[in-house]
This record gives sequence, structure tokens and C-alpha cells, in this order.
Amino acid sequence: MNLAAHNARADFDVVSAWVPQGARVLDLGCGDGALLARLIRERNCRGYGVEIDSRAVLCAMQNGINVIQSNIEGGLAFFRNRSFDVVVLSQTLQATRHTEALIKDVLAIGKSAIVTIPNFAHWQVRWQLGVGGRMPVSKRMPYQWYDTPNVHFSSILDFDNFCGEKAITIERKIVLAGGREVKFLPNLRGETAVFQIRA
Amino acid sequence: MLAYLLVNAPIDFPPDSVGFVNPVKLRFEESLPLASGAILDEFDLMVETYGELNAARTNAVLVCHALSGHHHVAGYYRDQMRSEGWWENLIGPGRPLDTRKFFVIGLNNLGGCHGSTGPKSINRSSGLPWGAEFPVVTVPDWVNAQFLLANRFGIESFAAVLGGSLGGMQALQWAIDYPERVRNVIAIAAAPKLSAENIGFNEVARQAIITDPEFHGGNYYARNTIPRRGLRLSRMLGHLTYLSDDLMGEKFGRELTDDAGDEYQFGFDVEFEVESYLRHQGDKFAGYFDANTYLLMTKALDYFDPARPFGGDLEEAFRKAKAKFFVAAFTSDWRFSPKRSKEIVRALVANRIDVSFAEIESSEGHDSFLMPIPEYHALLRQVFAEIRV
Repeated sequence: MNLAAHNARADFDVVSAWVPQGARVLDLGCGDGALLARLIRERNCRGYGVEIDSRAVLCAMQNGINVIQSNIEGGLAFFRNRSFDVVVLSQTLQATRHTEALIKDVLAIGKSAIVTIPNFAHWQVRWQLGVGGRMPVSKRMPYQWYDTPNVHFSSILDFDNFCGEKAITIERKIVLAGGREVKFLPNLRGETAVFQIRA
Repeated sequence: MLAYLLVNAPIDFPPDSVGFVNPVKLRFEESLPLASGAILDEFDLMVETYGELNAARTNAVLVCHALSGHHHVAGYYRDQMRSEGWWENLIGPGRPLDTRKFFVIGLNNLGGCHGSTGPKSINRSSGLPWGAEFPVVTVPDWVNAQFLLANRFGIESFAAVLGGSLGGMQALQWAIDYPERVRNVIAIAAAPKLSAENIGFNEVARQAIITDPEFHGGNYYARNTIPRRGLRLSRMLGHLTYLSDDLMGEKFGRELTDDAGDEYQFGFDVEFEVESYLRHQGDKFAGYFDANTYLLMTKALDYFDPARPFGGDLEEAFRKAKAKFFVAAFTSDWRFSPKRSKEIVRALVANRIDVSFAEIESSEGHDSFLMPIPEYHALLRQVFAEIRV
């Protein structure tokens, strides 16, 4: 799933910079495997991608990564606790049902997790919903309400609060828009946020 | 030459087929100790090959067969109608397992009934067919025989060992028993061991054969008979487990045969299409397959449990494996369901072994692994494309 096609590079850049050299990486919802392939190439990582979509699985194999076709919810039994340095959830979380339980499992499997989320409080989203009165549809969120795989949208602020409530440590965070970091009014202007968290 | 072929070829084959092939019988004069404690002093393996072994002998792929398979994996026999190999759709120049790149070996396993040493063969010490005396063979025994076959070809390591179902189990065993001798393992519609239900089905099939009055304790050859009814029943049962309810619904539903007409006959003759189909499959099978071989093959399945020598720990069993794995299963396969393949994947991941796993959408049950399902073949094409030779 690639909601952030136009700024995918930017959050990939962040993930790639944050993942330690030689790390063991699990990429949940790895899509076509481009990110994990890059981590293997540039950061000398090893690991697996998990993806449910058949076409994406083939693409991931063509990208040369190990890919396991599975739903990530209920599919984490493949992996032992503390068996990965980093678990990546790139634009995946909003499409999961039992998000809280998933994050708990992820933080058990990985020493840390890098989570990329689309910001549902971006001003364009607020405009479409608040003024237009319609569910937002954009390049970043191209789905209609009736066909969207996304069930758990959050804002950057929501995710901050969630981590606070659940005693999840945010090690670092960056907010991006148009491929650049946003420091002023991030929850209004940010399109995507990347968090590195640990239990 | 072309004109000759056009006139004399019994069948036309497409340009991406390996075309006409010839099996060879290879004799092994070395003794092979078996898991049961028995020892085979000598044996034959029936083999077919496709493509050319390269000078470095690094491009060999071994294809292991399932319950009723054999060495004739691809291509056609010149003078025989409908002689297509059992995995013809996968193998050939330009096909997913491309014979322009790979040297492909198919064999008939020990205990088989297609030319390799088995119950039908003459036991030299008695001058009679082995019959019931033929020792029970296991998956590791087969792999040991295949290892001797690799040595015969001078193959230091297989580019890949590939199989579906019981064939996939042999591929897994290769990675465990000869980790230095196989670089890729492709295990499709397999399981790490049989469940009680799986063994139960096999036992019913065996009982059908053993209780047939024509079985004569396995020594029916001397009496010039075969336990046809038992073999037929076991195949009908087996065949059911290879299909899926959905597929059978699509294919047969509750349709009555033409002979039966539209009305119920209130008798026990063939009435439903599915009955006719199963009887036909059973008859066909009983016409060419050996009952003793069927017993042996089902027993090899039941005994397959590579974790057993490691205290039942499958992770431990794969500890020394070095191959890269591709594991695939089919959604409608209830004989060896995707869940069973996932057990294999989990044990591999725990060992940090390179593995990819695909759960392929299909309605054709366990038999899916033999079908040219586009998604499935695209994945296999990718797996083989990536293998360096």
C-alpha cells in the first residue's frame, strides 16, 4: 500500500538513515519491497518483508527480498520476541484493525519500531471534512470511504498521545511535507510523520 | 527431417516443450542402508533429464515426485499417445523452470513401480519379485539414493531441489541431510509431518488394498493377479483428498450421468457424475500402478518427520540448513493446508534462513501444485530466474 507515493522517497530516506548498519529488519506491510531492498543495499540489513497482496509479493520477490505472504494481524507468530533490531511499519498502521495489540506485538518482536503514518489532521484533510463536509480524498489518501483499506486514521498528535498513554518511548520523530521536514505547526502542515518507538 | 517428424510424430508439442524424451535406467552397485535397518545391496533408478549439464555442473535441478509420480516429469514419448510428463507445464525452454538455463533431473524413487527397484522388481537372492519382502523406504532413504544419483552425475551441489507434496518433503529433507549439496529448496503444498487425519486417510487406503482377497500378503505377482478393487478404492479416496469441495461443486455438483437420465434410479449403480468420475480415476490408476508401491509411498508419507531425530524440534532440524527456501501453499488445499507450510516457514525464520512464502489463491485443492496457475507460475519463474548457476 503506497499512500504517499509523491513523498515516499522522503520517508524512506528517514527510515534508511535511522536503521542501524547491518540491522535485522522486519518490514510489516512491505508492499513491493522497495524499502527493504534499499535497506539491504544501503545499510547492509537482513530480514523479511510481510505482505498480504499477491501482486505485491511477486514484486517484492523481484526486488530480491525475502517476503512472507501473510496478514500481519495474526501473522506475527512467524517471529520470535526480540528477534529483530528494527520492525518497520511504513504506511501500514492505518490499515490494521487491532492496532493497539499489533503495536504491542511489534515492540516485543523488535528492539525498536519505525512507524510511518499519514497525518489525518493535515490542513487539506481538515478543509475537505470540516468545510466541504466530505471524507477527504487526496493523492496521499486516494480511497473513497467505501473502498478504503484504512480503518484507523490518526493525527500526529493522536499518535503522540497514544504513545504517552501506553508508556511507549518515542526515541525520535520527524514530520514531513512535500519531502521536507516541517517544524512549524507540524500537526497542521505535516503530511507524514515517522516515529521511532520502543517499549 | 522436419517432414519425417511431421508425418511420424504421434503428437504435436509446443515449441516451449522439451519435446521427445527417453528414460534411462541407472544401475547402482553400492549398498544402501535404509532407515528400517534393511540394506539394499544394489538398485536401479529410472531417470530422465532435460537440458544440458554445464561444464561446472552447477545448473542441476532435481525434481522429486509425489505419491504416484515418477521420472517422466516433462516432455513426451515418441511412440506413445498422451505421454505428457506430469509437470510438463513447468519445465521447458522458456518455461518457469527453463531448460536453456537448467539441467533438470527427474527420477522414480526406490520402491516405485516405474522402473526403479521396487516390489515389482526381481530380488536377485530369490529370483522372484520382491513383493511384500521389499523393505519399507523413507524420505531420508530416498534422499540418500538421490545423493548417490547426484554423485553419479558429478553434481557437487544442486542449484535447486524441487517438489510438491511428498516431493516437497524430499526437498526439505535435502536441506537437512545434505546442507552443502543444495542451494535452493522449493517445497510446494508440503507439510513438516503428517497430521493424525492425514495418516488416517493413508491407513484407510492401505486397508483397502491389504484386505482385498487378491492381495495375497503382497505376493500377488506369482498368482498373476492384482488387488484391483483395493487399489481402485484407495485411489478414489486419495483423489477426493486432492480436490476441494468448491472445485467438485463446480465440476460435478449433483449432476446425474447421461445414462442415469433425469430420474433417481434407487439403486447403487453409477448415478451421479462424481461417482462416475471417481470410479474412472480408480480404474485408470488400478490399471497401471502397483499396490505394493502404493503401500510403501503412503508409509513414507506417514513416517516423514524430520524433526523427530531432533527431539521433535523442527527449528533444531533446520539448524544446519544452508539453502535458500521458497515455500508455497494453496488456499483450497485441505490435505496439506497453508497452515502446515507456515510451520515450515516459522522454523526457517527462527534460524534466520532466507525464505519466501506464498499462499496462492486457488480452488483446485492439493492438486493445485500441478496446475499452471498464472500467479503460481510467475512466482516460480521469479524463483528460478534469481538462481545463479
